[in-house]
Amino acid sequence: MNIGVLALQGAVAEHIRSIGLAGGHGVAVKQPQQLGSVDGLVIPGGESTTIGKLMRKYGFIDALRDFSQAGKPIFGTCAGLIVLAERLDGGEEPHLGLMNMTVARNAFGRQRESFETDLDVQGIESPLRAVFIRAPLIKEVGDDVEVLASYKGEIVTARQGHLLAASFHPELTDDYRLHGLFLDMARQAR
Amino acid sequence: METGTSRVKRGMAEMQKGGVIMDVMNAEQAQIAEAAGATAVMALERVPSDIRAAGGVARMADPTIVEQVMAVVSIPVMAKARIGHYVEAKVLESLGVDYIDESEVLTPADEVFHISKSEFTVPFVCGAKDLGEALRRIQEGASMLRTKGEPGTGNVVEAVRHLRLIFGQIRKVQNLSKDELYHEAKTLGVPYDLLLGVHETGRLPVVNFAAGGVATPSDAALMMHLGADGIFVGSGIFKSENPEKFARAIVEATTHYEDYALIARVSKDLGAPMKGIEISKLEPSQRMQDRGI
Repeated sequence: MNIGVLALQGAVAEHIRSIGLAGGHGVAVKQPQQLGSVDGLVIPGGESTTIGKLMRKYGFIDALRDFSQAGKPIFGTCAGLIVLAERLDGGEEPHLGLMNMTVARNAFGRQRESFETDLDVQGIESPLRAVFIRAPLIKEVGDDVEVLASYKGEIVTARQGHLLAASFHPELTDDYRLHGLFLDMARQAR
Repeated sequence: METGTSRVKRGMAEMQKGGVIMDVMNAEQAQIAEAAGATAVMALERVPSDIRAAGGVARMADPTIVEQVMAVVSIPVMAKARIGHYVEAKVLESLGVDYIDESEVLTPADEVFHISKSEFTVPFVCGAKDLGEALRRIQEGASMLRTKGEPGTGNVVEAVRHLRLIFGQIRKVQNLSKDELYHEAKTLGVPYDLLLGVHETGRLPVVNFAAGGVATPSDAALMMHLGADGIFVGSGIFKSENPEKFARAIVEATTHYEDYALIARVSKDLGAPMKGIEISKLEPSQRMQDRGI
C-alpha cells in the first residue's frame, strides 16, 4: 500500500515513519504527477498558509480534487485538516474545500496554550495520546460527516467517507492506530 | 491535559520543517513575509546587518513591535532575547510569542550561563556551531536549533561550515564504541545520555535549521541540500532590493531545493541581494558566532 505524504512543508518524515509502522509504505509527494502512483494521501501538519500557497502554485488544488473525486482517501492532520475544510472561520478563503465542515484556525490560542492529552477516538479501543500544537477546531460539520472524537465538547477528529481529518498530530507519537485506520480506508478504496 | 511538554515544544518546530522563517522589523514586513509563504516571522527592532552597522548594545525588541507583528499575522511569531537574559525571555513569554530565540545576534547579557529553558512553557531555539554547543543547548532545554553562521553578513560560508561540522561530528559519534563515547562526552563537554542518543539515532533529537548568512534562493537550497531542516533568513530579505520577490523565491527554492530549473526560474530578475561581507574582514569582536558557546 503506497501512501503519499504531501511534501511541500511540514512534518513529512514523521508521517512516513508512522505509515511504515502501520504496515504501509510512505512516499514524499512534491509534484502532482506523483499522485497517480499512490493509494491515498496524507496532508501533514505545518503552516496551512504556506502549504496552501504552495499547493496553488504547483497545481495541487485541481489535482487533489480529481484525486478525491476518484475516491482516493485523504487524511489531513492539523494544517492538513484546515486545507481539507470547505469553510474557514473568519471568512478566509478555503483551500481544497473537500470536507463539509467549518474550521477555526489556532482555536486554542498561541503556542504556550499548545498541549497533549488522552483522547477517546471512535473505532480505536483505548485512548490515544493526542498532541495539539496551535491546533484548529472543527466548529460545525454537515450531515455527511461522522464525528470521531471531541475534546471539551469541540470536534477534533472527523470522517466523511474517504476523507479523514484530525486537529492534532498522530505522527508525533509512536501510536500509529489512526494511520492504521487510514490504511484500512485506502485498502477499501482500492 | 499538559502544556509545555517536550513533545509539544519540539513538535512545534517539527511543523516548521521545510519552511522559511523571516526576520521582520514591523507589521508591514510581517504581512509581506506571510504573504510570501513564510512559516513564521522573527519580530525584531533591527535586522542583524543593521545591528552590525549600528554597534552598541543590541537588546530585546520593544514589546510594541512584537505585539504589532502578532496582531497582523496568523503564522507563529518568534522574538529574540539576549543570551542569559532570563527576564527578557519571561517578558516575551508573557506577550505570548510562539518561540523565543536566545540569540547571539543580540549582545549577551551573561558571558557564562544560558537561560534555563526547560522551565518555560514557551519553546526556545538556540544557535550552535558544533555538536558540543548543540547538545549543551538541548540539555538546557532548547527545543529547536539553528546553525549560527555569521549573522548579518549575507555570506553563507559560516552557515555551511557549521552545518557540515555538526553532521560530520554526528557521523563520527555514530561509529564510536561505548567506552569511546564516555571520553567523547567529556571532550565535547556534553551530557553522556544526549551523546548516546546521537550515537544510536544518527541525528539530533530536535529540528535543526540553517541560519546566519543566507541571502539568495540558491543559498537556501544549498543549506537544504546539506541537510538543514529549514531556513532562517535574517537580513537577506528586507535588505534586498525587492523583498517581496526575494521572500517568495527563497520559499520556493527551499521547498524544491533539488529542482534546479525551478531555482533558476525563481532567481531571475530578483534585483540585487543584500550586500555581503567577506568573513576575514570582520574583527574578532564583530564575530557574533563566538558568543554563547
